Amino acid sequence: MTRISASLRYVLLALGALAFLFPFYYMIVGSLQTSPDPTLAGAFPDPANITGANYVNINERVNLFQGLANSGIFTGGVLLGTVVFGVIAGYALSVLKWRGRGATLVLVLLVQVVPFQLLMIPLYVMIARDYGLSDSYLGMILPFAINSTAVLIFRQYFLQLPKELFDAARIDGAGEFRILWSVALPLVRPALLTAVLLTFIGPWNEFLWPFLITKEAALQPLAVSLANFISNVAASTSNPFGAMMAGAVVLAGPAVALFIIFQRYFVSNDLGSGVKG
Amino acid sequence: MTTVAAPPGTTTEPEETPPSRRPRRWLGEHPLGLLLSTPYLLFIGLIFAYPIVFSVWMSFQDYFFAAPGAEVDRPFVGFDNYLKVVQDPAVWRSFGNVGVFLLINVPLTVALSLLLATALDKVVHARTFFRVSYYVPYVTASVAVVAVWLFLFAGSGLVNQILGPLAPEPSWLINSALAMPTIALFVTWKGLGFYILLYLAALQNVSKELYESASVDGAGAVRRFFSVTVPGVRPATVLVFLLATITGANLFTEPYLLTGGGGPNGASTSPVLLMYQKGIEQGNPDVASALGVILIIFVLIIAWVQYRFLGGKES
Repeated sequence: MTRISASLRYVLLALGALAFLFPFYYMIVGSLQTSPDPTLAGAFPDPANITGANYVNINERVNLFQGLANSGIFTGGVLLGTVVFGVIAGYALSVLKWRGRGATLVLVLLVQVVPFQLLMIPLYVMIARDYGLSDSYLGMILPFAINSTAVLIFRQYFLQLPKELFDAARIDGAGEFRILWSVALPLVRPALLTAVLLTFIGPWNEFLWPFLITKEAALQPLAVSLANFISNVAASTSNPFGAMMAGAVVLAGPAVALFIIFQRYFVSNDLGSGVKG
Repeated sequence: MTTVAAPPGTTTEPEETPPSRRPRRWLGEHPLGLLLSTPYLLFIGLIFAYPIVFSVWMSFQDYFFAAPGAEVDRPFVGFDNYLKVVQDPAVWRSFGNVGVFLLINVPLTVALSLLLATALDKVVHARTFFRVSYYVPYVTASVAVVAVWLFLFAGSGLVNQILGPLAPEPSWLINSALAMPTIALFVTWKGLGFYILLYLAALQNVSKELYESASVDGAGAVRRFFSVTVPGVRPATVLVFLLATITGANLFTEPYLLTGGGGPNGASTSPVLLMYQKGIEQGNPDVASALGVILIIFVLIIAWVQYRFLGGKES
């Protein structure tokens, strides 16, 4: 009985894994085909039909390096803001006692469920029209500058540090800044990695906001320039699917690679506490 | 579940001060905390609180884009923008579309993620492999996986090749009856990893003794799943319902790219896509804001109904 149910479980899980992984496998195979082969046989790489030309093709239409660099700057800016301001906010919300702390914590939780559709139009009016920040990295980064989920993760880790540690440091005469820098920060390095990973996938994959705010191709993150290629240009190329998938591999590659390398830091507690709206 | 942000720092949380001690400083024991939180509070004020207020205000004005710095008159027009939204059949169509989307996406997400999480929870071998493979779509950009789905679901794509004579005509994404269900399937597939993660965490809290006593009482695996697992993870189920609904109401990228901007003939237009078209492409941010406010009200009602029916309270 248990044998049967255990094997059934593996069959179920394997079917799931197949459904999740096959499109990625197909993405890579499709990006290498000289001519698109949508038949079942096309799902297996055929040495006669393999080429790197699709990557050259997409790179002629969409500047891949520029796109990757823009995605990198956008993501890097968000990471910087989150790590610097998120860590100190998380520290203030866990270790320090001050008036308004409870209200601030409620805000952090509320922000998680504010849907972007409510913010899209006013943010566009403010950032693109009033501040004149369209087609700029700052305009791209601003709405994502501090990831609230990361603030909660930092807070969670700071809370786990023993209180005596801080008392001892205070007795030894360390100022609050010094305690943060020399005592607390070195101890929460794993949280830093988790928060960075989690924050990374947001801006790297974000489409709607940078799409609204960047019209100039030289400033578009790869997700936006690839989407423009898919919706406008693809039909005019000789192997549109091959070029699209080559671009998709380049866009998906860094995020998937980072995730696989650091997957053990991607744990449920952190994600569960910080739900994305 | 509310979108109203309280002004920061104004709430007076009574600190648990023993009466014997002298009253603390007004800012609390560590005023530095306020200083360290200031950047975050400014960010919330600028990016969340102010835009929400601005959006509601804009929806009652005759608001239009003007050159920066130009003094223009933007009169108060009451509910005119809301009337324009309500009288537009395209708006109702888009709400219907997202309704179809939610009816497919939400139950499928709940059922599949709970099923896979339960199976994954009991597995010993290859656990990491399964975990990673389920999360990979979640960490990948929509834009990247959309490319593959376009190829898979194209008229002569792999899916239709396998279906052979059963392939729908016209094909999936250009068929007005199937475009929205295909998008719902895509979004379910893409987001499932995140919900599996939530359920995996919730399953750790289901007491092992309940399973044992159910076994002793002669309950089989199916019975245990429905009588122990499903009630045990109900708080997570409420969360999954709410999050999947909010995410579904936010739908934009998928109809924009998979069906070329909500085609065929508006059969897969989502409200957010319509907001983009009205507000930014056609330059009517006031109407788009009104649409946004109406959408949020709908989402809040649905979320409240889900919360009441699933009874998230006692857990």
